[in-house]
This record gives sequence, C-alpha cells and structure tokens, in this order.
Amino acid sequence: MDFVFTDEQVMIADTVSAFLVESATSERTRAAMAADGLDRSLWASFCEDLGLAGIGVPEESGGVGLGMVEQAIVAEAAGATVAPLPLLGHAMLVRAIVAGGSHEQKDTWLSRLVSGRIVGAVARAEHWQDKGSSLSLVADFVPHGASADLIMVCGEARAWLVDAAQPQVTRIGHVTMDQTRPLATVTLTEARVEELPDGPAAIAAAEVTGLLSLSAEALGVAQEALDRTVAYSKERIQFGRPIGSFQAYKHRLADMMVLIEQARSAVYWAACALDENDADAWLALHAAKSFCADTAFMCAANMIQLHGGIGFTWEHDAHLFFKRARSIQTLMGSGNHHREKVAAMVLGEAA
Amino acid sequence: MKLGFSLAEEAFRDECAAWLQDRMANAFADIRGIANLTEKIERRKEWEQELAAHRWSCIGWPEQWGGRGASLAEQVIFAEEYARAGAPGRVNHIGVELAGPTILAFGTEEQKAKFLPGIAAGTSIWCQGYSEPNAGSDLANVRTKARLEGDQWVVNGQKVWTSLAHYSDWIFVVARSEEGSKGPKGLTFLMMKLDQPGIDVVPIRQINGEAEFNETFFADARCPADSLIGTPGDGWRVAMGLLAFERGVSTLGQQMGFRNELDEIIRVARENGAARDPLIRQRIAKAEIGLRLMRYGALRMLSRTDLSAIDGAALTYKIQWATWRRDLGELAMDVLGQAGEIAEGDAYEWGMLPNLFLYSRCDTIYGGTNQIQRNQIAERGLGLPREPRGDV
Repeated sequence: MDFVFTDEQVMIADTVSAFLVESATSERTRAAMAADGLDRSLWASFCEDLGLAGIGVPEESGGVGLGMVEQAIVAEAAGATVAPLPLLGHAMLVRAIVAGGSHEQKDTWLSRLVSGRIVGAVARAEHWQDKGSSLSLVADFVPHGASADLIMVCGEARAWLVDAAQPQVTRIGHVTMDQTRPLATVTLTEARVEELPDGPAAIAAAEVTGLLSLSAEALGVAQEALDRTVAYSKERIQFGRPIGSFQAYKHRLADMMVLIEQARSAVYWAACALDENDADAWLALHAAKSFCADTAFMCAANMIQLHGGIGFTWEHDAHLFFKRARSIQTLMGSGNHHREKVAAMVLGEAA
Repeated sequence: MKLGFSLAEEAFRDECAAWLQDRMANAFADIRGIANLTEKIERRKEWEQELAAHRWSCIGWPEQWGGRGASLAEQVIFAEEYARAGAPGRVNHIGVELAGPTILAFGTEEQKAKFLPGIAAGTSIWCQGYSEPNAGSDLANVRTKARLEGDQWVVNGQKVWTSLAHYSDWIFVVARSEEGSKGPKGLTFLMMKLDQPGIDVVPIRQINGEAEFNETFFADARCPADSLIGTPGDGWRVAMGLLAFERGVSTLGQQMGFRNELDEIIRVARENGAARDPLIRQRIAKAEIGLRLMRYGALRMLSRTDLSAIDGAALTYKIQWATWRRDLGELAMDVLGQAGEIAEGDAYEWGMLPNLFLYSRCDTIYGGTNQIQRNQIAERGLGLPREPRGDV
C-alpha cells in the first residue's frame, strides 16, 4: 500500500501538464471552438512529440503499456486546460480494441490511432439492423463524432469498428454547448463494418476507460477553476482590500478545495482499483463519476460567481470550464444514475 | 501508486485479526461494540491493559517504549481489524495518540522513561486541557495561569470540554506562564496529575443527556518543575505539533466506527422500507461515497513522505468527516421516521442512530469549527490574506 504517485508518475504528470499549459492556449482553443472543436495540430504533437496517446496500448503493439493511473493523470491535465482534443473517444477506443479486438484489428488500427494519423470516437446504439457484413443504425450524441475517422459503435453486447470515410456513413456535427467537445449524430446506412470478436470485453474496457477519464477530467476542471479564482481573488481589490480577504469569499473557495481533495481521492482510488483488479472497481467508478462531475460543476459555477461580471463574459475562460463541467455531468450517465448504482450495491440488490 | 497489501502485510492482518476476534468472542465479549467512552469504564481499562500485555496498545511506537515500530501499512491494517472485530473505543486514545507521540517528539529522555511506560501499559489514562470559556475558536486566548514557585508549577484557572477528565489519571494543560503575554506567546505545556486537592472536575451534561465532557477547575494545582514539555513560553508550538497527531492513523479507526453507523442505517432502511424511497437511496449512496473517499483521503495523507509540506487532504479532512457525519445523523432520522423520536426505555437515553443525530452536532464544532476550518483551509491551503485580528 502506497497511495501516492511514483517518481515516474510524477514525471508523466509534470510533462503532460507542462505541454498542455504551453500549447493548449485559450487562443488556440477558441480557434478550434469556431471550427469542429478539435485542434488537429495540437493532437498531432500530443501523439508524436509527447508520445502519450499510446498509454493504453501494450508495447508490442506500438504503445507505452501504462495503466489506469497514468490514463487518469493525462485526462486530469487535459481537463485542467479544457483542451479541444479527442482524448475521451481515443482512450476508450484504443482500450476497447486492446481488450476485444482480433490480432488483425490490433495490427491495423492501434498504430494508426496511437500515432495520431486517424482520430477515434465511440458511439452507442440502441437499435441496429445487421446484414452480416453491413450495418444500419443511428447513434446520437457522439463526442467528436463529426471529426473522427474510425468509430466504434457499441450495441448491447456487440461492438463494431466503422471506417467513417465511406459514403454509407453520414455525420452531422451539432452546435454543442461545450464547443471543446462537440457532439454528432452518426448514421450508418448499410455501412461496411468489422465486428470486434469479443464485444463484451471491448464495451467494458471502453466504459471503464470513459468513466475514469471523465472523472479525472472533471478533477482537472475543478482544480483549475479553483486555482484561477484564487489567483484572481488576490489581485482584485474592492473596498480597499483584495476580495480574497473577505470571509464570504474565502469560505466558498475553501468549500471548493474540500470537494476537490475528495474528488482526487475518488479518481485515484478508481484508477488503482482498476489496475489492481479490485472487487470494488465498479463501486469506485460510479462514486468517482458522480462525485467528480458534481465537484467540477460546483467549482466552475463558483468560478463565474466569484469573478463577478467578467466571469459572465465570452472573453473570459470561465464559461469554457462551466460548459465542460456541465457536459461531463451528462456524459455516460448522470450523477443520480451512478448514485443509484451505488445504492443498489450497498443495499445488497446489485444484479 | 498502489492500494493493495503485500503477502507479509496480509499475514500480519491474519495475526492481529485472529487475536482481536478471539478476545472479542471470549474474554472481552461484554464490551464488544461499545463506541462511547463512558460505559463500563473499569472493564475498558482492563481491555487497555490486555492490549498492552500483547504489545497491541501502541503498535506505531518504537519497540523500546512498548510499541512494535509498525509500518504505516501495518497500522492501517490493525486499525481496520480492530474495528472489524468490534473492539471497543479506546478509552486511552488521548494517551496513545496524543500525549505519547507528543512526549516522543518533544520530551526529554527522563520524561519518556517516566510517562511512556504507563501509557503503553494502559495504566495511566490521559485527557487534554486546551479549551477555556474564553478560548474556544480563539484557542490561543488562554487565561489559565502557571507560575514557577520553587521546584513546582502552580496553576490557576479553568479548562472546559476536557473529555474523560472524570476518570483520567493525567491531564496536559496549556497555561499562560508569562505575565502580560498575549495569544500564542508566553504559553507553557504542562503535564499534571489529576488526583490532587487543587483540581476539581465537574461533568457537563450535553445535548444527548450524557456527560462525556467536563469543566476542570485549577486552584493552586501543582506539578513538579520538570513537568513541562519543551521550554517555558514554548507551549503553543508543542500544542500545535500535538494537534497534527490528531490526524494520524487513528482516523482510520474512527472511520470504522462511521462504517458501523452507516451499516446500521442501511439495515434499518431495508427493514422498514425506507430503502425503497429514491431520495433516501441517493442519500445512502452519497453517504457511502463520502465514507469511501474519507478512507482514500486518509491513505493519501498517510502515504506521503514529505510531512512538512502543506497537504490538501490533511487540511480538509476535519471539515470533511465532521460534515459527513452530521449529514449522516440527519439521514438516520429520516430513515427511522417517527420511531427515531421515541427513547427505548424510561430514561432519556438513545440508541445508536438517534444518539448519532444528537451527538454529531458537536462534530462540526470541536477541534475547530467548520468556520474556523474554512479560514484555515483558505489561509494555509490557498494562501489567502489572513483574517484581521481584533483587540477587544
């Protein structure tokens, strides 16, 4: 038992954070927001220069073969900069192929995804028409779905890889409240697909990766919202004092920190539980997703309130954090949904 | 980063679990599961001595002083197994977790030899004298005076909220030893025998009808000149160092008590149908999540190696658990419904859950109120400007 980062993990955290703080600037983020919500050159250098897109891929498949703790470290740093990157879908897709793909699928897709030559996304469908090698369906609310080259569609217990470039796939990118991760509707009309041989394993891997990544991202959002507000509170003078010296203000910042510390425990508990195959891993994921998303929202909302008027403007970055936090709350199940899962578990009703 | 335990640590778990479970099933079954610190006090003292006889009373201390020099992981394991076995609340927790570590950290070799064996053996029970009627949140506003008279300190004044003073043997007292000094300066940290004519202990009846706390009056109370820890006037530094020990491994044992309370709420909710209410289910889930996060927060806080750095998990821990437990008390009453309003017998005495509801109101007050905690988090954790001091 040693619940702190190893030296290597500290190094990864410092490296990825330094890279994103320098590269994922507000200016570049806003340029991406005006387009399809994806900074392609940032993604290219994340993959090529940083080499951290292969965290979930074993070394023999061209990755760096690291665990969920490292996955969370990267997602946390990405959240802190609200970077317009396809990290969520990428991490989910890569781990799904590793867990449930054939040798051929791994050979074909992993190196292309890890090098950033193609962008991945993950979609979920309730209904589909399966004609052997072709598939028809509509999948809503696909993060970065309009920008992706390869999309994994998950249905019940089956999962398919879809090359998005074929004419049988249409994608409609929506004007989305969080412009750093726009949602798309993906329609397949007798599209060519390749099914992953172990659908349930692929779907489970995508799901745990997605929930952990969102939780860690939320932690990064919350911490950055706090840090920026603290900095502002020391500079901004009203009534002849820095506003951060007023108790009404300080106490709200303190409440943010109390939640953030718990969110940090939640993220890295869940990450370790997954890495160590702990029996509580799902409990930890439900806890982390619900707690961290709500913490991010609380902190981003406070960021606006505590900045006063400037926090309500388009020019200030507060709304980027606020909108990202809101979208994390909804993605992959609401807080109430995940807490109900926890309740069923602790009340001994779990299926 | 790793949460699991090694094979050797799991073997240690088996060893302490077997010992604890045997005692709780047999020789000490009559005090199994008692959480408060007032019931069956003589048997509880015997239990402290039984722990000591098998070197389980203070496993984190060095072997020289009756401990096992246990690693952090072993202390975590022992705290978990202690609670899992239903072993009772430690009546000497102030001695083992506060007085002992303070003496180990700041005491002279003579003081270690004089005090540590009694604490380790469970034969001397300790309480703490910090708060005063005018030194609550403003803890440094101490009025109790100490003056050196020949080879003795003479103490006059009053302490309040001295828990367990009515059956303790020793008290540590922070007193003002420099005439005219103010605030944290000029204080001295003394260790005094309670059983003497100059000390009077008066229990305070509290919200739940019980009396766990006391007022302690000092009228020319005395202790030998060498009873101070540190140097005269240096008492605040010692006292603050001691408060840091309050956030040690003992927090994990405390959490196991919380686990029992939440489990009881879950049991009642399933039995009386409250568990079918979706809003109650959400609150049970929140309670479960909060308790888990408390555990992993404590493990983060204990795992770090640089103990001097300001640590967010440690700084926010008090307000976190206190608020969690207060909310748990409110959830308990909502789960119980009207049955929670009725005492079981003829006396004003409460079962676990109604008592939790009443008692937990003090959690957000003692040891620094939630409001003081927020000030400290903001000032020490976030570096915000300090609260201006008044001079009234």
